[in-house]
Amino acid sequence: MTTMTDPPRESFRLSMLINDTRYRSMTFQAIALFSLIVAIAYLANNLLTNLAAQGLNIAYDFLGDPAGYDINQRLIEYDSQSSNARAAVVGILNTLLVAFLACFMATVFGVIAGVLRLSKNWLVSKLMAFYVEIFRNIPVLIWIIIIFTIMTAVMPAPRAFRGDEPEATMLFGAFAFTNRGVYIPAPVWGPGSMVVVLTFLASIAGVIGYRRYATNLLYATGKLLPMGWPSLAIFFVPTILVYLIMGRPIGLEYPELGGFNFRGGIQIGAPLIALWFALSIYTGAFIAENVRAGIQSVSKGQTEAASALGLRPNRVMNLVVLPQALRVIIPPLISQYLNITKNSSLAIAVGYADITATLGGITLNQTGRAIECVLLLMLFYLTISLSISGIMNVYNKSVALKER
Amino acid sequence: MSDTQQHSISFVRTETLPEREPPYAASGPVKWMRENLFATIPNGILTIVSLYVIYLILAATLPWILNGVWNTASLSECRDVLDGTVGACFSVLTERWNQLIFGFQYPEELYWRPGLAFLLLFVAAAPVLFFDLPRKLLIFTALYPFIAFYLIWGGTILTPIVALVGFVAAGFFWKNFVARSFALGFFGSIVVAFIVWWLGGFLISDTANENAAMQAVPSRDLGGFMLNMMLGVTCVSLSVPLGIALALGRQSSMPLIKWICVIFIEFIRGVPLITLLFVASVMLSYFFPPESQVDLFLRVVIMITMFSSAYIAEVIRGGLAALPKGQYEAADSLGLDYPQAMRLIILPQALKISIPGIVNIAVGLFKDTTLVSVISMFDILGMIRGPILASTEWNGVYWELLGFAALLFFIVCYGISQYSQWLERRLATDHR
Amino acid sequence: MTKSVLLGALTVAGLAAGAAAAGTLDDVKTRGTLNCGVTTGLVGFAAPDANGEWNGFDVSVCRAVAAAVLGDPNAVEFVPTTGKTRFTALASGEIDMLARNTTWTFSRDVDLKFTFVGVNYYDGQGFMVPKALGVSSAKDLDGATVCIQTGTTTELNLADFFRANNISYEPVPIETNAEGQQQYLAGACDTYTTDASGLAATRATFENPGDHVLLPEIISKEPLGPLVRHGDDEWADVVRWTLNALITAEELGVTSANVSEMATSSGNPEVKRLLGTEGTLGEMLGLDADWAQRAIATQGNYGEIFAKNIGEETPIALARGLNAQWTNGGLIYSPPFR
Repeated sequence: MTTMTDPPRESFRLSMLINDTRYRSMTFQAIALFSLIVAIAYLANNLLTNLAAQGLNIAYDFLGDPAGYDINQRLIEYDSQSSNARAAVVGILNTLLVAFLACFMATVFGVIAGVLRLSKNWLVSKLMAFYVEIFRNIPVLIWIIIIFTIMTAVMPAPRAFRGDEPEATMLFGAFAFTNRGVYIPAPVWGPGSMVVVLTFLASIAGVIGYRRYATNLLYATGKLLPMGWPSLAIFFVPTILVYLIMGRPIGLEYPELGGFNFRGGIQIGAPLIALWFALSIYTGAFIAENVRAGIQSVSKGQTEAASALGLRPNRVMNLVVLPQALRVIIPPLISQYLNITKNSSLAIAVGYADITATLGGITLNQTGRAIECVLLLMLFYLTISLSISGIMNVYNKSVALKER
Repeated sequence: MSDTQQHSISFVRTETLPEREPPYAASGPVKWMRENLFATIPNGILTIVSLYVIYLILAATLPWILNGVWNTASLSECRDVLDGTVGACFSVLTERWNQLIFGFQYPEELYWRPGLAFLLLFVAAAPVLFFDLPRKLLIFTALYPFIAFYLIWGGTILTPIVALVGFVAAGFFWKNFVARSFALGFFGSIVVAFIVWWLGGFLISDTANENAAMQAVPSRDLGGFMLNMMLGVTCVSLSVPLGIALALGRQSSMPLIKWICVIFIEFIRGVPLITLLFVASVMLSYFFPPESQVDLFLRVVIMITMFSSAYIAEVIRGGLAALPKGQYEAADSLGLDYPQAMRLIILPQALKISIPGIVNIAVGLFKDTTLVSVISMFDILGMIRGPILASTEWNGVYWELLGFAALLFFIVCYGISQYSQWLERRLATDHR
Repeated sequence: MTKSVLLGALTVAGLAAGAAAAGTLDDVKTRGTLNCGVTTGLVGFAAPDANGEWNGFDVSVCRAVAAAVLGDPNAVEFVPTTGKTRFTALASGEIDMLARNTTWTFSRDVDLKFTFVGVNYYDGQGFMVPKALGVSSAKDLDGATVCIQTGTTTELNLADFFRANNISYEPVPIETNAEGQQQYLAGACDTYTTDASGLAATRATFENPGDHVLLPEIISKEPLGPLVRHGDDEWADVVRWTLNALITAEELGVTSANVSEMATSSGNPEVKRLLGTEGTLGEMLGLDADWAQRAIATQGNYGEIFAKNIGEETPIALARGLNAQWTNGGLIYSPPFR
């Protein structure tokens, strides 16, 4: 109806780069990019000058050279003639092993302490509060060293088991607790043991199948099948039967004193135990707090409503409280797992051969390739962290409240 | 009728009965114990188990502590005094007290300087920690870093003064020019500060440190628990502003700046502190200009600050995200530009939400300062694991030393976390 | 305690960068102190005493260099280094010289680009076991748990030795000597292995040194000596000839007690050249004429340093053995001062 005229198109002026919000962000980013490039160039230039001045270079050839040292705990074949790269892989596996064990144990400690801290029993809740405070407020490195010192200074040396009246004896004749580690019986896989293992796996599948069937039946017809004892039966009976039928194919090899150490059985080294326990107890204190916060975050009304519906207490816990609490508990739990993995790098203090001790320790010392080793080390931890946080993001998305 | 009335009246009491004691089992300690310790059978079992655990702990430690020996010169002498009985050799603490607290190289006649700096730390921290104190005290807090630097490192007083003048000049410039343009004020003040420092550099002659009133102490000579405290305080206070900048950068709408911040934060959070300390000890010196000497303390401060600033940035980002969108929109609708909105509306609220998280990070960081013992710095743990345990006199004393270190850390960290809880209650005003 | 550290240090760094000097010798002279890398603590070689004063065999070498260059044996800043940090510290210029019982090997010399200026102690890797174990030879150690300090050549030697003899062992790597002691004494390892001198020094700190024996096998050659960066030959010369001066002094009978007297009264021309009363050797090094006199006067000659720190009179009780003068059947031999 009226002639709309566009406002006169402003021609671009240089001052708009600073004053016009449309262009200002461009200016800032350009400045940031420029300073970033300058900074990187400056650092790289320094690095190259320094390296050139000393006639050094950056090269990764050393990874293929024989490492030349031995590692006391290895999950894969390794000897002193293996390459540095293989030593690094041994270290990676050891890191993952101790991280996995510690995550499991820390969860157990944390859940127990977290639940008990909410207990109505005054003494128990105070004791748990004491545990949480004492472990949260003292550095993990001190705990690792303390527990390692307990391992080495308090436990008996293997030579204490020697003689007619030894100072120390093995537990049940099968477990030896020494200051070099714990020796436990190792399974010996005889012929036919595969069948037993397969049966065992099948019975696990059976338990899951049965429980799923029972749940479906409950939802479909309202008929409640017993869950507890049939699960146990499916879990144990077939395996034991097959084990007996096959003529006990799986035996145990007991550790015995021989030479300087115990021989036979499985040795769990003292450094592994010290690191494992220290990390679990320390992180368990943090997890306990997460668990407590999670349970407290479920409002009392939920419990009361569930009881009003006639649910029994254990069902209230399983069906109402836990699913809601887990939503709060799991994200911090996963970041605690991440912390365990990162803190496992303190293995260096107790001589556990993790990646920091092999690649970032002995290999670095022997080859003198400090920059390369530290870079690879950071790359490894970065990969682990990013994958764990990736998993966490997926989980968070899947449990996020679906609001409609 | 009157009969009945009379009859019934005889059942009406005209005065109240004297109060009876409640039944024995429903009052006092017994009731408390029944309710809190032996409510159910499993509960009772738990109580008994806990009592047994407490007994075990006390039985193992109490005689050891109470029978402790405090004044011998070596472990063997202490064992002679104990003569086979159970007891601690706390004399290692009294004999090596100075080494545990100050390291073994800090000049003995100068111990009062870090001691004074430590006391002043409380004065400086008080107005930050407790809001009720007069705001004027903040001036001292602002001056504290320079005073503490001068006290601990000594040397010429010109160094801290030049640094201070640089900051004052920058602040002056900022105040006068920020109204005209934020960018001008911000970048201008940085330039001004550097000009002042550069000019100040000429004032300080090379020999200034040698004939200064306060004897200069190289930072390599710092050690013991003092080193832990210094690393903790320095890195936390440096990383808070850096963390705020990173958090804002990560929220920024400018993709380039956002990605720089994201990569930095995720990278730092993805690697353990110990690898960053390796970087400080074996790699970082390659990145400084040739011929320049940056001492290990400074390199470690740089790496720990980067480490904690990434974590603090994430906490503050949480605080920013928790603010309702209305706050941002309200700021926009008032016509505030970005710096004003941040400074006046967003950050005060976001920081308030983040304080407990920041305190947690600070406690964690303080505990992590023990890791420097791995890269041959003699903090309290480094002193214990190195010179003290290796010495002929005290070869074999573990529990007393480790227990002492643990106790020191516990006191500080527990204190901070109690403060944090107090603060949380204090700040629990409804902010929505 | 906060920002000013950064700023102060930046200022200092800027000044240092401005005064970029040509060589380490000039750097040390301008700075007025010598930065010397030592171990974090090995009694007899380098360890701080209860007052924080560094003492030991390696420390004396540092002090001798400081006395020669700066005229003051106490103008030394001792930088404790671990096996991991020592080479970076030297390569990056954090320390001017490293005197940390470091073995002279091909790869360290050639690949890592360091110059070993000489050998101040001929060592070899040995084993220490408790007497009660009843082991008399390292070859009996099949299946034993062995404590080793990481970051040293000992790990590689150990692997080679057990491999060559086809026996097995279980290594327990440890970071510091103090932890090695702790592990070994607690029985967490059957034997502790490192350089024989280090073993003797460690054993000396035990409550009952007599309960432990060193096995006769020496499984490696470990020539230990001070080292400097490649490419700064003036500085390497200063350190090399300071060490040689100490050795020559013993050979010629110059001691800390008689050094000033010998300088004037001795008729031996080599003594005179060494002590600067004849010739211009000091000037050639870029030092003054008295450099060697000062080093010897403050620290004593090689023999005195040895006797004072690790000799048979000390708890460490090392015999001279290979480290006797060549005239006494040892390997300690200095090129002539001429």
